[in-house]
Amino acid sequence: MAEITIIGAGVAGLFAAHELSRRGARVRVLDRSGSPGPHGCSWWAGGMLAPDCEGATAEPVVTRLGREAAAAWARVTTVTHRGTLVVALHRDRSELDRFARRTQGAHRLDADGIRALEPDLDHRDGLHFPDEAHLDPRSALADLLADLDRRDVAVERAEATPEDIAGTVIDARGMAAPGLRGVRGEMVVIRSPEIALTRPVRLLHPRHPLYVVPRGDGRLMLGATQLESASCGPIHVRSLLELLSAAYALDPRLAEAELVETGADLRPAYPDNIPRVTRKGRILRLNGLFRHGFLLAPALARQAADLLLNDTKGELVHEDRG
Amino acid sequence: MLFYGTELSSRMMLGTAQYPSPAIMEDAFRRSGASVATVSLRREGGRGQGFWDIVRKLGVHLLPNTAGCHSAREAVTTARMAREMFETNWIKLEVIGHSDTLQPDPFGLLDAAETLSAEGFEVFPYTTEDQVLAQRLLDAGCKVLMPWGAPIGSGLGLNNRHGLRMLRAAFPDVPMVIDAGLGLPSHAAEAMEMGFDAILLNTAIAQAGDPALMACAFARAVEAGRMARDADPMSPRDMAVPSTPVIGKAWL
Repeated sequence: MAEITIIGAGVAGLFAAHELSRRGARVRVLDRSGSPGPHGCSWWAGGMLAPDCEGATAEPVVTRLGREAAAAWARVTTVTHRGTLVVALHRDRSELDRFARRTQGAHRLDADGIRALEPDLDHRDGLHFPDEAHLDPRSALADLLADLDRRDVAVERAEATPEDIAGTVIDARGMAAPGLRGVRGEMVVIRSPEIALTRPVRLLHPRHPLYVVPRGDGRLMLGATQLESASCGPIHVRSLLELLSAAYALDPRLAEAELVETGADLRPAYPDNIPRVTRKGRILRLNGLFRHGFLLAPALARQAADLLLNDTKGELVHEDRG
Repeated sequence: MLFYGTELSSRMMLGTAQYPSPAIMEDAFRRSGASVATVSLRREGGRGQGFWDIVRKLGVHLLPNTAGCHSAREAVTTARMAREMFETNWIKLEVIGHSDTLQPDPFGLLDAAETLSAEGFEVFPYTTEDQVLAQRLLDAGCKVLMPWGAPIGSGLGLNNRHGLRMLRAAFPDVPMVIDAGLGLPSHAAEAMEMGFDAILLNTAIAQAGDPALMACAFARAVEAGRMARDADPMSPRDMAVPSTPVIGKAWL
């Protein structure tokens, strides 16, 4: 098969490059900004591989396809398999019942059960989703690049649109492609000397839900807002207040942490918040990963490769006949 | 019932926040038959063109709100921005007085209602069941009132039935919408049975496990409650009254 050109070196484009070249296709990757960095929304991701928890609000397809993420990522980067812990303030414990009802795979925990998993956390009621995992998004992107390098694929810095390029093109430009809706997300990284966590922790809160993902070295990523806004400037004061207040509610000792980093960017999304492989002639658009970039990039890449190499149509594939 | 001269096709108004996806929001609107969509400028303002396009395509009246504003000044500024963006004089005026209960600040509300009415806005004030405040809002130029059922997002239903009934009776000709705090279709039916003209809700539908199904349930409850009101319900009695004839049996 002739060479496939991939435009966009975010998580969607890079994982597609990895999947296609591992299955024998020749690929090249172009990105107007070069290798992954703060210019791309993948840089700001949480890195939770949490198909069960996401199922509380996402469509069932997200849970079903998200289950293949941990094994797929383990081929290229370090994946930590310690599940997800979900807690709520005692006042909001009914939220835990509801969350358990809306998801699959939850194990009930009392205070001792929570302490056995995360000795630094004092909470009375919780849920454990043992099958979930997490990774460090920036390491994962670097490891994907290294994997591609071993296959003699480098990211070329070049501005391109799919129409300019001959042959089969994968358009994985995210918000730079037309027709996507931006959903703003804001995040914070802190470093806590007192609270060490070994797995993602979610705090259910009626107003300010929060997740905390350990990043090693005492660093904790706090996320993330979800605003229907296409403005991608720096984090807003209100969002920062909410994220930090929620962290303080999770454990007041987090108030002693250092503020390491803040970030904000746009998640590209379709109206149903489900990613798509859209085929239009020789062009395949891989886009709309919404808040599930690392969770669904492997399934999206697999279905793109299945379509190109085996002519099989997965459930994320759409035809654009316009 | 006219809301500032506009006849609405349904007695349900629905918010546009907190749905799992815009596609589910569209579905919920379709199943609810809602005739009005409230939109918030404060947080999601300005540039989310993709989302606004979806909201506009719902084909319903847009009612911008000043959610999240804690002072009259902030609310007035937000209202002016909303008028420019959505090209409507309608504004659902919220001035929050307390961050925990999100209850309205009556003084800020009245202040902002006066300013906005003078500028030609058609104000839908989010208020309590207080009759004195209601009169002052009407004096300020409001021609619709939106008393709360319970604190925003609480799902508690109608917290002060007596107060709401008194308010309804005091201003029988003013269009009134129960806004906030409804959690179940039975709450909506009760509001309609009490003679309120419409309901406005968001969380109870958006955060239900199946928002579209809940939207349908609310729509039917609103219809049922309104029909009951029009049918002139019986009054409760202390004595049992048999519904089958007892002629021919010995009774005292």
